[in-house]
Amino acid sequence: MSWFEKLLPSRIRTDGKKTKHTVPEGLWNKCPVCQTVLYRAELERNFQVCPKCSHHLRLSARQRLESFLDPEPREELGINLAPQDRLKFRDSKKYKDRLLHAQKATGEKDALVAFKGQVLGLPLVACAFEFEFMGGSMGAVVGERFVRATNTAIDHHLPLVCFTASGGARMQEALLALMQMAKTSAALNRLNQHRLPFISVLTDPTMGGVSASLAMLGDINIAEPNALIGFAGPRVIEQTVRETLPEGFQRSEFLLKHGVVDIIVDRREMRQKMVSLLTILTRQPPPENLGLSRLTHQVTAENNQ
Amino acid sequence: MNLNFLDFEQPIAELEAKIEELRYVSTDKDINISDEIARLQIKSQELTRSIFTNLTAWQVSQLARHPQRPYLLDYIPRIFTHFEELHGDRMFGDDPAMVGGLARLEGRPVVVIGQQKGRDLKEKLQRNFGMPRPEGYRKAMRLMNMAERFHLPLLTFIDTPGAYPGVDAEERGQSEAIARNLYIMSTLRTPIICTVIGEGGSGGALAIGVGDRICMLEYSTYSVISPEGCASILWKNADKASEAAEAMNMTSQRLKELELIDTIIPEPLGGAHRDLDTTTKNLSSALLEHLTFLDKVSMEDLLQMRYQRLMKVGYFEET
Repeated sequence: MSWFEKLLPSRIRTDGKKTKHTVPEGLWNKCPVCQTVLYRAELERNFQVCPKCSHHLRLSARQRLESFLDPEPREELGINLAPQDRLKFRDSKKYKDRLLHAQKATGEKDALVAFKGQVLGLPLVACAFEFEFMGGSMGAVVGERFVRATNTAIDHHLPLVCFTASGGARMQEALLALMQMAKTSAALNRLNQHRLPFISVLTDPTMGGVSASLAMLGDINIAEPNALIGFAGPRVIEQTVRETLPEGFQRSEFLLKHGVVDIIVDRREMRQKMVSLLTILTRQPPPENLGLSRLTHQVTAENNQ
Repeated sequence: MNLNFLDFEQPIAELEAKIEELRYVSTDKDINISDEIARLQIKSQELTRSIFTNLTAWQVSQLARHPQRPYLLDYIPRIFTHFEELHGDRMFGDDPAMVGGLARLEGRPVVVIGQQKGRDLKEKLQRNFGMPRPEGYRKAMRLMNMAERFHLPLLTFIDTPGAYPGVDAEERGQSEAIARNLYIMSTLRTPIICTVIGEGGSGGALAIGVGDRICMLEYSTYSVISPEGCASILWKNADKASEAAEAMNMTSQRLKELELIDTIIPEPLGGAHRDLDTTTKNLSSALLEHLTFLDKVSMEDLLQMRYQRLMKVGYFEET
């Protein structure tokens, strides 16, 4: 607790607890990059992007979709799916206990949240990884929810968008988790056969099995600024090659330079950019002609200034 | 201690050494001790059998990476004829960690792809210990597309610790190269048979592992991460590798029970490296059997089965 927080009477401090659990407690946040002390409400209005240095802080899956999708209409997909510990996996802790702990800490059943909804009036299916849930790792539920999101997109003839934030396949589900890479990739191939676009948004961090499957298979791959994206983790690479890694290695800008991602998009412009890209890919009139001006999303107005 | 034997194989090694010694003595002095040798040989087999009936997952994972274990290039000339190795991804280079080409299986034209580790230090370095870079996966992809174009069945052989974790591999899009193969294999219009012949390490293995039939040699392993890697992440201690191997269900037997693989190809007593000919025979008859079966399936059914197989992987609760 900072000195300032200590000064606050306890009844003010506890107010913070009513809001989303993933938002750090307290009224103030410090930007981990420029160290500026930021008012939390302001940070939230700014999509968790530091107003001083534009550093993109991590977002929970729900915060992400909350700020990405229009408030109405929304339909959550695959809510009744829950993980099962078929292997009775146990490391220093039981997988079952890890799941319970993660579920309690994040309020999610597993590490992927999917919605059918709209962005600036454009209907689509969007999903996002919850990094706080066991490192956003992909197990059977993540794979299945992703497939259902893809199938919903196919059934309703909608584009698919996925925000990834994951350490890779979930070790506690062993080979079953690895196979989710093939499962999700096959589902995307089916989406492609229906000529529906998939836009993959790689956010900090997107590594391992998730990076080496669905995340890289976008018709368009978008990265958020300065996100860590790669197959092997930097520490593993450092140990293998025994040299220090170059500055900015595996960051969005590095991937853009090496031709792995198409564009780096600031989170605050994500909605507009997405609609602009998707309307072209689906050969629709430009957003300004689509009657999409019931765009009363609070942040949209700010970004247009 | 013989370095070509694993620690749990040492009793066998000692006995074998003794037999060799006796043979040497018997030729030397013309004394008939063949009875004694025969007796010891039976004893050695019994010992091997008793050791090998109760292998732990950790022991199997050591066997899968045995220094004497046959690699893909040991099998190819024994299983196939007319093998023509093809090189390069047409974009960047040729990756010696990934071998591929055209061949005939009992006269029948096929495309072969697989990772190759190295035997001696020089070859190990050249083959990068069987860890492919993106150009390796893209070479594989090129051959997959060739298989589809010319209606040739695709046979893949998995034996890798994983995709190479290096700076250059990341620069050239290791993730994309693996992802693209998964994507393409899911709808490749030709029968695909994948066989794990040694170490099936993570995404680097799966990148040539999506198919209609998944087989494993008896003492090979297939897992999401190496036991050492799993132990150092989850136990924060690489010494717990044997526990990790157990927990990850990485042996052919467990994976068959989980219905993740179709066939366990039996290995001779003591493992593939003890009798290459028998292993080869088992391997090629399994391949032929699957191929003959898959021939009878129409392409649409084949693709549908492959898709459904992928979709049903994983256990979850649905309320």
